Amino acid sequence: MLMSILEQGLIYGILALGLLITYRILDFPDLTVDSSFPLGAAVSAVLTVQGMAPVLTLFFAVLAGCLAGLITGLIHVKCKVRDLLSGIITMTGLYSVNLNIAGKANVPLFGGDTLFRNALTKSLPAFLSPFSTLLIILIISMLAKLALDWFLSTKAGFLLRAAGDNPSVVTTLAQDQGRVKILGLMIANSLVALSGAVMCQQQRYFDISMGTGAMVIGLASVIIGTNLFRRFTFIKSTSMAVIGSILYKACVALALQMGLDASFMKLITAVLFLIILVSSQIRPKKVSLHV
Amino acid sequence: MFEVRHIDKTYSPGTVQQTCLFSDFSLAIQPRSFVSVVGSNGSGKTSLLNILCGSIGVDQGTILMNGEDITHLKEFRRYRRIGRVYQNPALGTCPSMTILENLAMADNKGHSFNLHPGVNRKRISAYRDLLSPLGLGLEDKLSVPVGMLSGGQRQVLALVMATMTPLDFLILDEHTAALDPKTAETVMHLTDQVVREKKLTTLMVTHNLRHAVEYGDRILMMHQGQIVLDKDGEEKKALQVDDLLGLFNSISIECGN
Repeated sequence: MLMSILEQGLIYGILALGLLITYRILDFPDLTVDSSFPLGAAVSAVLTVQGMAPVLTLFFAVLAGCLAGLITGLIHVKCKVRDLLSGIITMTGLYSVNLNIAGKANVPLFGGDTLFRNALTKSLPAFLSPFSTLLIILIISMLAKLALDWFLSTKAGFLLRAAGDNPSVVTTLAQDQGRVKILGLMIANSLVALSGAVMCQQQRYFDISMGTGAMVIGLASVIIGTNLFRRFTFIKSTSMAVIGSILYKACVALALQMGLDASFMKLITAVLFLIILVSSQIRPKKVSLHV
Repeated sequence: MFEVRHIDKTYSPGTVQQTCLFSDFSLAIQPRSFVSVVGSNGSGKTSLLNILCGSIGVDQGTILMNGEDITHLKEFRRYRRIGRVYQNPALGTCPSMTILENLAMADNKGHSFNLHPGVNRKRISAYRDLLSPLGLGLEDKLSVPVGMLSGGQRQVLALVMATMTPLDFLILDEHTAALDPKTAETVMHLTDQVVREKKLTTLMVTHNLRHAVEYGDRILMMHQGQIVLDKDGEEKKALQVDDLLGLFNSISIECGN
């Protein structure tokens, strides 16, 4: 069970990194997530079924997520639609797109190679093979975390942080706030789609409903992580998000362990989120209603 | 040179709250002049700044910057050559980022925000040199998040950030109004120093009549979207706070206050 918690936690950790950008850094309640997560999964599943190397499919999943973020960003910035609504519009539209990419509501990855079952994993020494899945997930999520850490330390990353922190500074620096927001949404949804793709590879199927509640899971992870480690300023917020995600999965697993039926999964997700929000006394920051 | 020509601005047109603020308003600000603007609330001072910077548009008329028509230029593009310090010390800096990170961003104004490292380590000593003459000890707090600083310290930092890169214009929007009297004096003194050193064309809105009289080389008093007093050179030097106050009161009485 510990293995499964770590595996799931690290996969959703990538999702949490995406939400760290939108929710924590940009202060943008991005609902696109609920559809860009299965979008990544759909792209990865279909390409894998068609015979592409599973690792390569991740790249296309990231690209697809990037596009999803771009659409939400353009709707928000160019069409001046509220942040929450822009995400809802993309989320709703993407559902059909996801269905059409996948061709049906459920795509299983029978038999063939996946990211976690291929020539490489089979060649691993026997003592490592039970951990191969976890190892691969760990590598991918660490790469995602380190890439985000690096980006946030660049000039463009500084601007992204400034855009959420104090948008007027971005304007007085003679930079376009709108473009910074769009960039942030693109990166965030790329990470979310990557998370979806890895999830699909790990559970060996794509399901159209796998994204429902993704935003809540990601938010809960970010909030757990950042609140728990608030006093430890030396821990990067990206690490906090990933650890938060593992802890969140542990909580869910615990709830299921206590005898709750798996059909209560989403209810557990929601109630747990509520408990986390209330107990941390950090409710979502006021959503700015203007563009 | 900054110029507005024949501008009209009406708020909430077509509603009961319709208010005409500017009608055929014109103003020219000479290069390298330091202009103070005073006037009661609602006289149009801040609206004038917002019109110049592009945060609000005009219904009619043109805005010129160094002879170039910028009436339809987007707000963020205008800031390429404008620095601005707001009344609220929180508006000029990013609270969750450190002093160093804030300075590094301001230092990069006018350049591309690309994938190079956000902080150029070689510039750190230059930042220290910039901060140490201010006497606030900010140079030893480079890694402290700006949100931990006091309002006065944040405002000084905002001023430093706004004037770090080459500028044509400095816009000061009641930038000492939220500070205690002593800090306000410090910030005002620093402002004067920076403006002289960099020979900036400056427009300062203030409620402090004494600041308006003591600093700068031209003074404007605004009332209901019009300039009711405009003195520069020797006339400005001869002006006393009491003269301004007298005019201020007579205007207010006209309005029935």
